[in-house]
Amino acid sequence: MCLAVIGKIIEIRKPVEPDAFPQGLVEVFGIKRTISFGLLPSAAKDDYVLIHAGFAIQKLEPKDAKKTLKLLKANNG
Amino acid sequence: MVKKILAEIRVLTDKKPVSVMEVCGTHTVAVYRSGIAGLLPKNLRLISGPGCPVCVTSESDLYRFFTLSRKKGVIVTTFGDLLRVPARLRQGYGGQSGETSLEKERAKGADVRIVYSPMDALTVAEKNPGKNVVFLGIGFETTVPAIAGAVLEAKRKNLKNFFLLSALKTIPAAMEALLNFPKVRIDGYLCPGHVSIIIGSRPYRFITEKYHRPAVITGFQPEDILEGLLLILRQLKRGKPKVEIQYRAAVRPEGNEIAQKLIRRVFTDGPASWRGLGLIPKTGLKLKAEFQRFDGQKKFKLPEGETIKSNPACRCGEVITGAITPENCRQFRRKCTPENPLGPCMVSAEGTCAAHYKYNK
Repeated sequence: MCLAVIGKIIEIRKPVEPDAFPQGLVEVFGIKRTISFGLLPSAAKDDYVLIHAGFAIQKLEPKDAKKTLKLLKANNG
Repeated sequence: MVKKILAEIRVLTDKKPVSVMEVCGTHTVAVYRSGIAGLLPKNLRLISGPGCPVCVTSESDLYRFFTLSRKKGVIVTTFGDLLRVPARLRQGYGGQSGETSLEKERAKGADVRIVYSPMDALTVAEKNPGKNVVFLGIGFETTVPAIAGAVLEAKRKNLKNFFLLSALKTIPAAMEALLNFPKVRIDGYLCPGHVSIIIGSRPYRFITEKYHRPAVITGFQPEDILEGLLLILRQLKRGKPKVEIQYRAAVRPEGNEIAQKLIRRVFTDGPASWRGLGLIPKTGLKLKAEFQRFDGQKKFKLPEGETIKSNPACRCGEVITGAITPENCRQFRRKCTPENPLGPCMVSAEGTCAAHYKYNK
């Protein structure tokens, strides 16, 4: 249940109200999803992030993210 | 690379048997799916630990969930993993007894909905102002910040019909309880990768300082797990245990401090009831006074501490603590299968029994 997926950030929107969490759009295996950036406010467009339960929890270096995605594709392919 | 690691692992596990516990359910699946277990020397034993939140959810918490789902005007929202976990109800429960699950309760008319994020439960609450929407809080530190975030958001939006029923747990004290568990010998821990993204490496220090065992925070690829095992074996050889991070791509020693702050803002420690381990102090999380109005337990006055019997033939409690392997259970592959699970370790995709059933043939 602690599974996390890797997504690439497409955009981060400004919070609707000042104290709300910032939300944004990520692409996970070609599917676009809205997630919250409340736990990772430093994330920016084009960053790769680990996502769990609708929240980005950690940034990944592009090389590490790409390596893992390649392995996942190979395993599931 | 893998061959090189395996060769060194073989050299280091030459004589003395070593037992390493992989705490996390995702590690368990990776170990069996990749076939790592079959490649290791016989003297290196991997024990699956209590790191599947669904599996460690106690029967008394399941009883609270079922009781809640039968209340009028309630929508239960939950992660999908919990839906099929069975439990046997005692005689007289709502005029019925026998085995049930949230899935069965739903078939009988309960409004139980699967959500992907606790934030989705808020949306359900906003769309159903005439109903009380309760999110079933199961999970460890990986999941807790998202749930804390949903509670804060509910407060900000001033939602009157959103509640959390918490059976949330924290991992390190359970790992300590296992080190004192007489039935299992643990020479080292493969610490959970995603929990550690949140909590960092410091909370594991007691493992090395007090118990003098290695603790290595490990990633999820087969290569990561092998490297994690190798680091443990090297530490054992040197006789100087320490907390190491193998999963360097994602885990920082300090963890995600924003997530930690969010947890502390919303929750306070309390005891938690673990399947197989019993009540462990300070491993549960309950809402702080400021957030009491979102407490599903208070709102619905659910039966606390009720013990219901799980199927007596099911030995999930022993599997979770590493006291037995699924193959030691007489029901495994016979009466207990993923289609007809007797207990949570066979229900959950990351349960030890399900992983053994699927990959350890």
